[in-house]
Parts: sequence; C-alpha cells; structure tokens
Amino acid sequence: MSRLDQHIPIVGEQAVDELRLLGRQLQGKLMRHISSMAVGGGAAEILHRMVPYFRELGIDARWDVIKGNSDFDAVTRKLHAALQGQPQTLTERDFTVYRDTLAQNGADLDLSGDLILTHDPQPAGLIMHKNKTAARWVWDGLLDLSAPQNEAWDFFRPLLEQYDAAIFPCPTFAPPISMRQILVAPSIDPLSERNRDLTAEQVHDVLNDFELNLEKPAVTQVARFDPSKDAAGVIDAYRLAKKRVDCQLWLVGGDPEEDPEGNSGLAAVREKAENDPDIHIFELSSTDHAAVNALQRASTLVLQKSIKEGFGLTVTEALWKGKPVIASALGGIPLQITHNESGILTHSVEGTAYWIRQLLQEPLYAKRLGENGRQRVLDNFLLTRHLRDYLLVFLSTLHPQDILRA
Amino acid sequence: MSVAEHPQPFRFVTHLTLTELTGRRAHDLLELLRHLKTVPLSVIYYHTHHFLERRRGLAPSPPNDFAFWISHTLQEGTLGERLAAIDTIQFTRLENLREAIVSTIETYLASAKSLRPAPEGSDFFFMNSRSILLPTSYEAATLEEFAHALKKVSVHSIYHHVFEARLRMERGNDFAKWLAGLGEKDLAWQITLMDPYTQTLESLRRRILRLVERRLFEINHVPA
Repeated sequence: MSRLDQHIPIVGEQAVDELRLLGRQLQGKLMRHISSMAVGGGAAEILHRMVPYFRELGIDARWDVIKGNSDFDAVTRKLHAALQGQPQTLTERDFTVYRDTLAQNGADLDLSGDLILTHDPQPAGLIMHKNKTAARWVWDGLLDLSAPQNEAWDFFRPLLEQYDAAIFPCPTFAPPISMRQILVAPSIDPLSERNRDLTAEQVHDVLNDFELNLEKPAVTQVARFDPSKDAAGVIDAYRLAKKRVDCQLWLVGGDPEEDPEGNSGLAAVREKAENDPDIHIFELSSTDHAAVNALQRASTLVLQKSIKEGFGLTVTEALWKGKPVIASALGGIPLQITHNESGILTHSVEGTAYWIRQLLQEPLYAKRLGENGRQRVLDNFLLTRHLRDYLLVFLSTLHPQDILRA
Repeated sequence: MSVAEHPQPFRFVTHLTLTELTGRRAHDLLELLRHLKTVPLSVIYYHTHHFLERRRGLAPSPPNDFAFWISHTLQEGTLGERLAAIDTIQFTRLENLREAIVSTIETYLASAKSLRPAPEGSDFFFMNSRSILLPTSYEAATLEEFAHALKKVSVHSIYHHVFEARLRMERGNDFAKWLAGLGEKDLAWQITLMDPYTQTLESLRRRILRLVERRLFEINHVPA
C-alpha cells in the first residue's frame, strides 16, 4: 500500500483523491525546500514527513540544508529569539556574518526550480539570489513575528518583503506588512509513533513500566520543563482542584541531559512538587514518542497551561486522542480549541483549576469536548491537510488569480 | 424512463481553498467597521462563508465570523445576533451583503453608549481565500446521471456549485441553471428557493437529492 493510501482509513478516499488531483497539476515541477538543519527543529520534522509524499505525488521535491559555522549559528539563534520579541543585542557584525554566510550558500546551492521554500529565519537571506533563478520564492516560518525587536525586524523585514509570499501558522503570528501572507497551520501525522492508535494493552504496559495506576484520574501536561510552559502554574492549579476532587498530576517533559536549555526549569518543578506522591514527573528522551502517546491516551484530562506558546502541537496531539483539553488562550491554541465546544480555553491558574474540577466531575461533558476536539483535528490539523495546503501554495504561486481553474 | 438529455453535460468540479491574511486587523467595533467598508469583496465572502465547509454533524457553528467575534469577544450580544440573522440568501451580489453588514453595525453604533475593545490577543484578523477549482470524474447529461453523481461528489463540489458559483462568481446556482436547461424548470425553482445557509452540506445534498429523486419517480411512474 502506498504511503498516501495508508491515510484513507482515517481521512477518507476523497481527501487522498484531492491530493492526487492536485499532484497531477504539478507533475514534474521542481519544489526546493531549504532549511538550516537536517534533524531536530520543527522545519526538519515537517520536511522529513512531507518530502516523500510530494515525491509520491509526482513532484520533484528536493531538500537542501545550508552550511554555517558556529558564528552563524550564534547569530541566527539571537535573530530567531529577537524576531520573537526577546531582548537580544544584534550588532552590524552579526548582520554581516548572516549576509556573508548566505551569500556563500547561495553560490554553492543549486537554486533552479519552480518553487523555493526557505524554512525559518536562518536561510531566509538566500532571497538575495532571487534574480539568479526563475523560481517563485516563499518563506515558511513557524515563529511569532507579531512583536519583533526593532533591530532584528529592521534587518529581517526587507528580506521578507522580497519573497513572493510568506507562510504563517496562525493569524496572530503575522506581522503587519502588506505582502502576500498565507495561513498554513502545522499538522500531526496520525500514523506516527507519537499519534498512532494503541491498544489498551499497549497503554497498560507503559503504565506498568512507569509504575503508574489509574485509581485517581490523571491530569497531564506534556511540555518541556521551560518556564514558558508554566509547570509551576500547573502544580498550583492541580493543588487548587485537588482540594475538591482527588486526582494525580503527570508532568511529561524532556530529558535535561539531552536538552539542558529546554529543560532548565526541572529543578524548580521538582522543588515545587515537594515529594507529593500524586505528582509524577517524567524526563523523557525526545525519541520516546511511544511513551508520550501512551501517557496522553491514559490521561483523563490534558492541560497546556503555557505563558507563551507557538502553534501548540501537543494540544493537537491530545485533541486527536479524544482527550478533553484545558489550555491557555495563546498562540495557535485558539485556532484549535473553540471554548466550550472542542475544549476549554483559560487565562489563569484559578480558571484552570475551576475547569479541572468541572471536567473531572462531569465526565459526559468532558467526553463530548474530547469528541469535538478530535473531529476538529481530523478536519483541520492532520498531515493530509498540511500536504494539500503546500500543494495549493505551489499552484497559487504559479497562477495569481483569486479563483483558479486548474 | 427519463431520457431527456442536456446538450451540455453538467461537469462537477470541486474546489480547494487556501486561506490568506490581509494584514488588516480590528481591535474594536469602529476599526471593524472602517475595514469592512474598504476590504476587497473576497474578504467579505470569506468571513461569511468559510464556516459552511467546516460545519459537521450537529456541532453548533457561528453563522459568520463578524457575528461570532462581536458576540463572543466584544460581548455585544444584541449586535452579534442581528448580524447572525442577516439572510445571506437574499443577496445576489457581495457588495449588497457588505452594505447590509455595514448598515447593521452603523445603526447599532448610533445608539450605543460605550464600546468595549477586544481583550489582548483577541483582535479580529481579516482574511481572504484563494479558490482552486479542479475537475472531478463526474458528469451528467440526464437527470438520472445527475442524481447518481450528486450522491458521489464531495461536499466541496456541492459547496462550489451552490455557494461559490452564486455569490462569489455571481453566476447563480449551477445546479438550478443546468436543470432549467434540461427542461426541469419546477425542480430548478425549488432548488433556487432553498436556504442552503442554515443546514450542513450533507443535509443540503440529501435535500437536493430528495427533490431530484421525487421528480425521477414522477417521470418514471406517473402517466403523462
């Protein structure tokens, strides 16, 4: 069975037929993706999944990775943070390092093709080579450009505005500029180890491995131990709720040895948990998808009480598993959850605690939220929709009309 | 058996959309109104129609984005309800629909005592969509073939021929026009009179099919 056909039992034959119809319009066209990393990071994850599907659809999809030294890596880390509004000092030398590195990469890379998609700020400066190729250029960024630091924005904006279009994952992330801006939400792969269906036995085995039981309902947050994910606020909300409804809390985060920066808040979380036997803290490797899948499926409720959030794919994952989700109304989360319909949106510790109590005590209502949430993901946030959007971006860059008869 | 054949077979097409941001946003009712007066008509179309393809089963859906944002974010329930009640089917031109929305808001503002801004992070973002039309393998020359294809095509195809053709492309309901050309003027009229905005696309498919199948039954069983 082809890769695409494996999605038919989930999304239906029509959705896959539509992809093939679109693919036929783009047969043999060259789509070139350029990113900064071959592994790790959102863009690399997306491309690993997507490129084989593009090829299956008859598109000549290629993926190149830019080269840069440690200076370039340090500059782009600062640029990435500053574009998302974090205070950083960027100097003229930093901008020169960025420009020189991308000038060299532009000379080394083959930039022929029909569409060039650069992913994230690192390769965005390749646009300086636009006049060397007949390709259309689209920038695809998963970051929040709504309130960038001025210096970074003054440098980045003129690069961005040379593109034929830019892709943003949600409306709130887009900057107020007048170029063509396309909304393409990210997605999850329902066949991946992280999201595929598991049997009750498989879930049970993982609970046994972690010496967990479900005598008390499990309230779970899956997020690295980074202050922006507010594990401390989750513990506060759990303690408030637990005064009225007994429950346990699972904090599923990353391994600090593998990602020290991303999990720098672990010690503070452990201290705050104060050896509460009902708080379970998991330090999982970034490749331990099967365990995360099982823990999400075994949970009674899933939280995402972030203070700052990107699109929030862990919310998508929980919704896909039919779990009632209580999440902060931030980033891409309101795009996924309509309050009281496909989940619960909150703004505070107290609000989160209130809804934990409500949902634990009204399981039928919680179940209905979970069902609606899964439907929302099925309709909007699975890989096949993401793939379709990329194909539509490609077609629409070749044909500028509002209504295109392919 | 009905053998009437249309000289031009009905070719079902399907449509796929790509959502775009316009760079415009509103923080309160006055800003919303200012943009509403000047945005391209395709933006008005997007915010009054995109929910139709998302609506599934019995899940409640907002009638249009303006009404939803005004009711739920600005907490102006009365105005939200009035906007939700605008009968979109009465308009054959988007410009007239825009005027109806603008005038409903202006009337409300004339007597409003105070206005709330949207909470931080809850601005209204004006969006647009590009529609890519693709041929399907379904076509019909007779009423029987039309009924058969109608059962098979995706809801996106039904959406295109009923909503997009009528208001975005301003050429009327494709199904009704083709059926009138087949000599089925009563059937075409019944389909034109339907309100497709207050039902799901699957319900709409079932209702149109019921009318077509009833007509086929008449042709095949009632003596002329």
